[in-house]
Amino acid sequence: MSQFRIPGKGRVDHAKTVRFAFDNREYTGLRGDTVASALLAHGVHLMGRSFKYHRPRGPVTADSAEPNALIGTSRGPGRFEPNTRATVQELREGLICESQNRLGALSFDFGAVNDALYPLFPAGFYYKTFMWPRSFWDKLYEPVIRRAAGLGRAPSEVDPDTYASRYLHADLLVVGAGPSGLMAALEAARAGVRVTLVDENAEMGGALLSDPGVEIDGRPAWDWLDATLAELASLGVRLMTRTTAIGYYHQNMIGLCQKLTDHLDEIADNAPRERMWRVRATRVVLAQGALEKPLVFHGNDRPGVMLAGAAQTYLHRYGVKVGTRAVIVTSHDSAYHAAFDLAAAGTRIVAIVETRAAPPETLRAEARVRGIELLAGHTVTGTRGRLRVASVTVNPVQGGRVGEPRMIHCDCLLMSGGWTPSLHLFSHTKGSLQWDAESNTFLPGRMTENCHIAGAGRGLWGFEAALTDGAKAGADAARALGNEAKAAPLSVAHDRPGTGESHRELPTDRRSSRVRAFIDFQNDVTAKDIRLAVREGMRSIEHVKRYTTNGMATDQGKMSNINGLMIAADAVGKAPPEVGLTTFRPPYTPTTFGAFAGYHRGATFEVTRRTPIDPWAEANGAVFEPVSLWRRAWYFPKGGEDMEAAVARECRATRASVGIFDASTLGKIEVAGPDAVEFMNRMYTNPWTKLAPGRCRYGVLLGEDGYIRDDGVIGRLSDELFHVTTTTGGAPRVLNMMEDYLQTEWPDLDVWLTSTTEQWATVALNGPNARKVLEGLVEGVDLSAEAMPHMSVAECRVAGFPARLFRLSFTGELGFEINVPARHGLALWEALMEAGRPHDITPYGTETMHVLRAEKGFIIVGQDTDGTVAPEDAGLGWAIGKKKPDFVGKRSLARPDLVAPGRKQLVGLLTEDGGVKLEEGAQIVLDPDQPLPMKMVGHVTSSYHSATLGRSIAMALIEGGHDMEGRDVYLPMPDGTHRARITSTAFYDPDGSRLKL
Amino acid sequence: MPRYSAFAVVKNALTGHTRWREQWPDAQPKKEYDVIIVGAGGHGLGAAYYLAKEHGITNVAVIDKGWLGGGNTGRNTTIIRSNYLYDESAKLYDHALDLWDGLSQELNYNVMFSRRGVMMLAHNVHDVQSFQRHVHSNRLNGVDNRWLSAEEAKAFCPPLNISPDARYPVMGAALQMRAGTARHDAVAWGYARAAAARGVDIIQNCPVIAIRRGPDGAVTGVDTAKGFIGAKKVAVSAAGHTSVVMESAGVRMPLESFPLQALVSEPVKPVFPCVVMSNTVHAYISQSDKGELVIGSGTDQYTSYSQRGGLPLIEHTVAAICEIFPIFNRMRMLRKWGGIVDVTPDRSAIIGKTPVKNLFVNCGWGTGGFKATPGAAHTLAHTVATGEPHPINAPFTLDRFRTGRLIDEAAAAAVAH
Amino acid sequence: MLLIHCPYCDETLPELEFAYAGEAHIARPEDPSTMSDEEWRDFLFIRSNPKGPHFERWRHVHGCARFFNAVRDTVSDRFLLTYKAGEPRPDLASLEAAQ
Repeated sequence: MSQFRIPGKGRVDHAKTVRFAFDNREYTGLRGDTVASALLAHGVHLMGRSFKYHRPRGPVTADSAEPNALIGTSRGPGRFEPNTRATVQELREGLICESQNRLGALSFDFGAVNDALYPLFPAGFYYKTFMWPRSFWDKLYEPVIRRAAGLGRAPSEVDPDTYASRYLHADLLVVGAGPSGLMAALEAARAGVRVTLVDENAEMGGALLSDPGVEIDGRPAWDWLDATLAELASLGVRLMTRTTAIGYYHQNMIGLCQKLTDHLDEIADNAPRERMWRVRATRVVLAQGALEKPLVFHGNDRPGVMLAGAAQTYLHRYGVKVGTRAVIVTSHDSAYHAAFDLAAAGTRIVAIVETRAAPPETLRAEARVRGIELLAGHTVTGTRGRLRVASVTVNPVQGGRVGEPRMIHCDCLLMSGGWTPSLHLFSHTKGSLQWDAESNTFLPGRMTENCHIAGAGRGLWGFEAALTDGAKAGADAARALGNEAKAAPLSVAHDRPGTGESHRELPTDRRSSRVRAFIDFQNDVTAKDIRLAVREGMRSIEHVKRYTTNGMATDQGKMSNINGLMIAADAVGKAPPEVGLTTFRPPYTPTTFGAFAGYHRGATFEVTRRTPIDPWAEANGAVFEPVSLWRRAWYFPKGGEDMEAAVARECRATRASVGIFDASTLGKIEVAGPDAVEFMNRMYTNPWTKLAPGRCRYGVLLGEDGYIRDDGVIGRLSDELFHVTTTTGGAPRVLNMMEDYLQTEWPDLDVWLTSTTEQWATVALNGPNARKVLEGLVEGVDLSAEAMPHMSVAECRVAGFPARLFRLSFTGELGFEINVPARHGLALWEALMEAGRPHDITPYGTETMHVLRAEKGFIIVGQDTDGTVAPEDAGLGWAIGKKKPDFVGKRSLARPDLVAPGRKQLVGLLTEDGGVKLEEGAQIVLDPDQPLPMKMVGHVTSSYHSATLGRSIAMALIEGGHDMEGRDVYLPMPDGTHRARITSTAFYDPDGSRLKL
Repeated sequence: MPRYSAFAVVKNALTGHTRWREQWPDAQPKKEYDVIIVGAGGHGLGAAYYLAKEHGITNVAVIDKGWLGGGNTGRNTTIIRSNYLYDESAKLYDHALDLWDGLSQELNYNVMFSRRGVMMLAHNVHDVQSFQRHVHSNRLNGVDNRWLSAEEAKAFCPPLNISPDARYPVMGAALQMRAGTARHDAVAWGYARAAAARGVDIIQNCPVIAIRRGPDGAVTGVDTAKGFIGAKKVAVSAAGHTSVVMESAGVRMPLESFPLQALVSEPVKPVFPCVVMSNTVHAYISQSDKGELVIGSGTDQYTSYSQRGGLPLIEHTVAAICEIFPIFNRMRMLRKWGGIVDVTPDRSAIIGKTPVKNLFVNCGWGTGGFKATPGAAHTLAHTVATGEPHPINAPFTLDRFRTGRLIDEAAAAAVAH
Repeated sequence: MLLIHCPYCDETLPELEFAYAGEAHIARPEDPSTMSDEEWRDFLFIRSNPKGPHFERWRHVHGCARFFNAVRDTVSDRFLLTYKAGEPRPDLASLEAAQ
């Protein structure tokens, strides 16, 4: 046991030691310790280096606001994280820690050369330098800056941990389980409210944990705490520790991040590391307490200088004395209590340096009783000690004049500049803050959400005030929820209320250029930097913040914002609220990415849609491609084929005999009702009135802007029923668009729309032998060309399943699309494969489908069109019902630019050398010899090697292309320019004779 | 304007840095200006600078409702690139990129333009087609952009996950090496300082209440919180607030304002070199010189001026980043913020004249205005000074929404089939 | 995440169930062919985009799938009212007075 650990004291378990390592040195701590408390128990204050000057630093807090003591923590492969607060990380067996941002050893950091050169690095120096010579920025300056910046090292392995997420609905959420939060939860729960109480710490109690001497209702604080927690549990309050309210979102939605395993010695299999809760609370009580402010003086950043409240916490919670000879410097009463408690525990309090001339007489008397020297009306003008504070220089201040210095030896310096309410979550709500000139602090103003703020969070001080206010907030919340509630009175003994005064920089006798008084410890922002920023014209706190980086460190200004603001306001010569307070932004404390991602990771990052036939494709070696949310079989390689060989084989087999294709991903919408045909006439460009039941038509859908949005074959099953197909990716958009028009523009139409994409499995059979394969399986319909011509549809049974059978073709071959209820899709596929065996039926994937359709010049919306293509441009003018008075997009087709000459139009393109396959996206020019930038007239939209034609084919959008058939164009590529001739897009069987089988 | 240099810093160190002067004065409005620019972001301040420098018009005021650079200039993810598809866009953004190149020296203010490369990931065949179309078009436009295989992408950016089993596998990437990032605040400050040095007044905390027009319909000035200020010409460069300002002049705009969120992680040592963008999963990431991972998200679905934004979008964005970079799973988010972006129907900007005489507008930059800052400012200044658009911004008219001659980059990346 | 009251389901539900659908009360003209290019542009593209109460459309896409209208303050994101499609545009002044 070290000399700094007090046997039996604190809330740690003195019987259970825990081993851990810091910078490769083994240490022991106790169960219940944080890394910081355990190291402090060994007398170790030096835990890190600052960002810019690499100054040695130790913990300044005992909580999540810690700016200095940041370490890397790890527990085996993949489980390393940088920038962990040593003041928050609980000790666990075998925890490995490392210090950060050092060149060499933590105790001898070569980076500290920056500290010696500090006059060269004032705020914003980088905006004024590194500009000459210009070329040095990329090669030298920036790489050096980047390497110097950053704190810890990033993880380098994939995280094996999982993260969970949950929703929670609560009548009342109480954030913070200090005295106010506990009472708020208690009063509300007693009134019958469903309460959730959360706290970021490992245990509840807040300030009570650091002040066991207080008595509440006649009981010692910790006894009262135990009883209260027991009562809360018995009332069914959901109590969540290690749970940080990270953000306050619209309409009382609060994000909570709960840490589940970082404190455990062993992790159970599959145990999530953290859980993100999205809480929707009817009312919220914010009881986040207050943050102690550092004092601003030369050398206030040395290891061993810490907040008085933190020292008190280390003493009472962890049984750790932060030093043996302490000096206190304070402008607030609260630090006296820390001094008295430490003195009682055996730390020698060498002096209390009090900035106020006349501190309260009661405190003076108590100091006298304890034999502590009280230096009222004094200031601190400096500290010394290389890696740990060794002495402090104090001077009297009289009438604004700083008197003679006196040096006092010490091994820790405990400071308190008073307290500032923690209003972070309130600030997230865009609630307004009000400046309280008396306490020099912001208090909550106008509320925008259904919340209450209690206790120190609204500037109250002392346990009685906090408890009473919490009880009132709980009762108020309960009443707002319609419950009867009355806050019971409380009695508090040995309370420690207090007041103080606020300072900017403490008075000093040093030359101002020699003063280095830190405000943002981590980012090394000094008071001088703030004043320099103001001198340079930065008059708003936002500018000051951005120019100096004050408040932008990982504590997000918890330590630095108010001190920075006070000094900036002084420099500007305005009241602080006129200079503004930078907005606090979520999250309250840095929050693991994994917790935000939750289950959305790997295979479950986003749903993968699979067709009923997908298992067959997988079992038969398909290669898949992602298409919107679907995965689709791309091609089916056989015996080591590459994609090109497989696709060529699939194409040839389909044209020669029969191919089978899973088209289940096609979007399907049923348009039904007495006005279905009228609705179709208004939505699609085509005329539908004369389409007889049993027939199909290729439909084109425009946006109201006149550009092609979607297409597909649409079958009319009866007078009042259309089976609409859409593109795979377009199905939800098309349905949404249809619903929009139907519900809001034409509610008078008697039509129902139903998405049936997932109700039907769709199998396409294509090839001259398609009918032969199908014939034996079909009941109830005559498949002959006369009875069922191209572009017809019938309801029947196929392979014993009820089916909608289309005769249509996206390949130019005799083709059928068989729709059966999805649950029969796989069986249908297998039946067709079996029936097709005599014909060497060949399964093909999306790539072959693309090639076959391109050989016919059929477009793919989104590939051959790009959202700026109108029907005429794509050669689909024939699909426009010329006699229709109106349809969606019709008016836009008459806009000036849509009737102007020179629009890009879809054409075929044949390279001079049929062996050359153009790249999709390749750009087209008329004059290949022009200099850059070239005048481009179009681009290749689709390009394939056609096994059928024995050469490459392509489609392209070219300015005025429809009038340029037969002309040559050029495609300048990095490896040379290709020449190609503009042709019709129908490369294969232009008369469509193969469809007429 | 006293010059900034390493020498000046050393010299001032000797006097404890007490002799630096203010970078721009906080001006009070005069009675009248030749030109008033509404909005003191990078675009507006830059336009004032180029008006003074290139057109000799120095009787200029830039007016802002808040602090200069406090809008989208100071809230974006600082990505700069020019590998756009359409000639019009490529030329505009490449013009900006040319100006970015020497901007630190021109302004004598280090805006830290970092040519670290912007890599755009393709996750499916459609992305590949679309990006290759970009690459080819850019090449013939003289714009730097090249195609990388998945392996090449990983070699350039080692933490990238290119496993074919990923939910969105990387099938390749387009890389613009000349693209990168810059220090956003410094852009506003650098332009402000350089413009002020040429006589431009920068008037902060002065909300414009209305644009005033004379009997002939032409602009006469602006009513502000500090009273009426006369102007021969007014240019509105107010990003998310453009609709409201223009409405006061009787001009209704094809704009909607959406919340756009971004976030940074805690700072770490350099872990990847470039900017990585994935349109398919909606995530954008770079690492700032300070070491923070800077991550951009998509817009929320509804229009808003609240600068708040919701949690689900952020969850999705972070999940997407962890998909692309699984090693970042244990990194921590430090802060998240929101901006207000004004979006046009074709996702391209409007820079030019309006139906009101002597009223000009620069808006509609959506999620991508920062990269255009010098180009937008330069061409806006030209348009205001000469009364006619520069050839580079000529296609970006307000009138294109009447004729249908849209510049639809988003539609060009449309997905279907 | 917003909470939105669906006037058809008469329930207040999280935003995730809804899809924003743009400004409300922009009716498609009866006969577009009679409109000038300017009028057609206004219908297609011009939006009021106010800072304050905004008449807008939402669809309860993961619920009853109905489109409905809402008045929402774009500064605070607070909903003042939601109402069924086809109902008249509510009077803003009385709406704000009621709040």
